Amino acid sequence: MKNLISMRDLDKADIIKLLSTAEKIESGELKINIEGKLAALLFFEPSTRTLFSFDTAMKKMGGKSLIMTGTGTTSVSKGESFSDTLMTISQYADIIIQRSPIEGAARYASEVVDIPVVNAGDGANQHPTQALLDLYSIMKTQGTLESLKIGMVGDLKFGRTVHSLCQALADFQPEIHLISPTHLRMPQHILDDMDEKEINWKEGERLENIIKELDILYVTRIQKERFADLDDYKKVKGSYILSRSMLNDVKKNLKILHPLPRVDEIDTDVDATEYAYYFPQARNGVFTRQAIIATLLGEV
Amino acid sequence: MKEMKVQRIENGTVIDHISAGKALYIAQLLHLAESSLFVIGSNLQSSKLGKKDIIKIENYQLSEAEKQSIALISPSASFTEIKNYNVVNKAQAVIPELIMELIVCPNHNCITNKEIMSSCFKMNPRNMTLQCAYCEKKYTIDEVTFKKLL
Ligand SMILES: [Zn+2]
Repeated sequence: MKNLISMRDLDKADIIKLLSTAEKIESGELKINIEGKLAALLFFEPSTRTLFSFDTAMKKMGGKSLIMTGTGTTSVSKGESFSDTLMTISQYADIIIQRSPIEGAARYASEVVDIPVVNAGDGANQHPTQALLDLYSIMKTQGTLESLKIGMVGDLKFGRTVHSLCQALADFQPEIHLISPTHLRMPQHILDDMDEKEINWKEGERLENIIKELDILYVTRIQKERFADLDDYKKVKGSYILSRSMLNDVKKNLKILHPLPRVDEIDTDVDATEYAYYFPQARNGVFTRQAIIATLLGEV
Repeated sequence: MKEMKVQRIENGTVIDHISAGKALYIAQLLHLAESSLFVIGSNLQSSKLGKKDIIKIENYQLSEAEKQSIALISPSASFTEIKNYNVVNKAQAVIPELIMELIVCPNHNCITNKEIMSSCFKMNPRNMTLQCAYCEKKYTIDEVTFKKLL
C-alpha cells in the first residue's frame, strides 16, 4: 500500500491488516519508532479534530509534523500552482496528510509526489481514515466485523462518514438500517453501490422501531443549514435525538458511535451509559492513524 | 426515404452505423466544419439499427481518441478507412474501459476542473456508467460533455 486515498482502493485483507496493526499498537505488542520522520499536514480546510488526531499519531511514534493550514488550494488563489506546492513540500516531508474541500485533490496529490499521501478528507467524497477508525471501533466493541446489525441515523444525505462506512462494511455481510428524514435520505448512488455488493439494507424514519435489534448505532448531526424552513428543522430534529429512555430494552452489546462534534443529537445523560462509545471512538482514531502512517512509511 | 446515394470517397474515412441523430454532434466534436470535406447522411434506413446516421470524410484519418469518443456517443458505430476507392481497414467501435482526457467531469468541485490536468473516467460496461477516477462521482453518457478534440 503506497497511499490511502479512498476506501474503494482497499480490499478486505487490506482492511483487516490495518485494523490488526492498530490493535497491536494499542496493546503495546507493536512498538513503532519513526523518530526523524516528518509528516506534512496540509489542511486546506479547517478541521482541528482530524488535524490533532494525526499530529498525536505522529508524536506518539516519535515523529514530527509540519502543519500548513489555509484555504488556497488552487493555482488561481495562490499564485504558485498546487502541484508546485506539493512538489516543494515533498522535498522536506516523508508523508503528506491532506485535507481539501476539493473532491479528488488527494488522488491528484498522490500522482504528483513520490512520498505517500493520506487523504484526510476531500470535499464530499472520501474520508478513509474516519471509516477505518469507525471499523476499528466496531471490531473492538463487538469482537468481529461480520454480520452485524448497524443502524445509521440522522443526516444520511450529506454525512460523508456514513457513506464511507457503508463502503467500508461492504465485505462484512452487515445488515444496515438507515433512519433519516425523507429529504436527508442516503443518496441513491450509495444505495446502488450496496445493491451491487448485495448488502442487506432497509430504510425507515423511526429509530424506536429498530433500536432494540441493533449492535451498533451510528448517529450523525442534522444541520440547521440543510433546511430551507426553520420550522421543518424543529419538527424533524426531535425525532432524531437519542435520549436515555430510548435505551431501555436495547441489546447488551449495543454501542453508540458518533463522528463528533456532537451538538444535541445525543442527550448528555446518554454519556454515562455503557452504550456510549463516541469518546473512546475518537481515541481509537489515534491508533488507527498510527497504523496507517506506520504502514505507509514501511514500518509494518 | 429508402436509399440515399451518398457520394463515394476516394481517400478518407466512413463512420457508419451511428445511432440516428448523433452524426451532427460527432461532426461538431471532430471540428469537421472548419476544414474538412465531408457529407452527413441522417436517418437512413438500416437493417441493424432501424435508422442510422453516416459520416463520410475526405482525406481524414480518425485518431484513437476520436474513435473512443465516437464509441461512447454511439457504441454501434463502425469505422472504414478508404484508399483509392478501396476499403483498407474496417473496425467496430470499442467502448474503452479507461477514458483519459476526453470527458469533462460535470462536478464543478472536482479537482480535474480546478487544475490543469487530464480527466480520467472508468467505464462500467454493465450499466454504461462512467465514474470519475478523482471525485468518484458516477454519470451516464448523457450527463457528461466531451472535450472538443484538437
Ligand atoms: Zn470528477
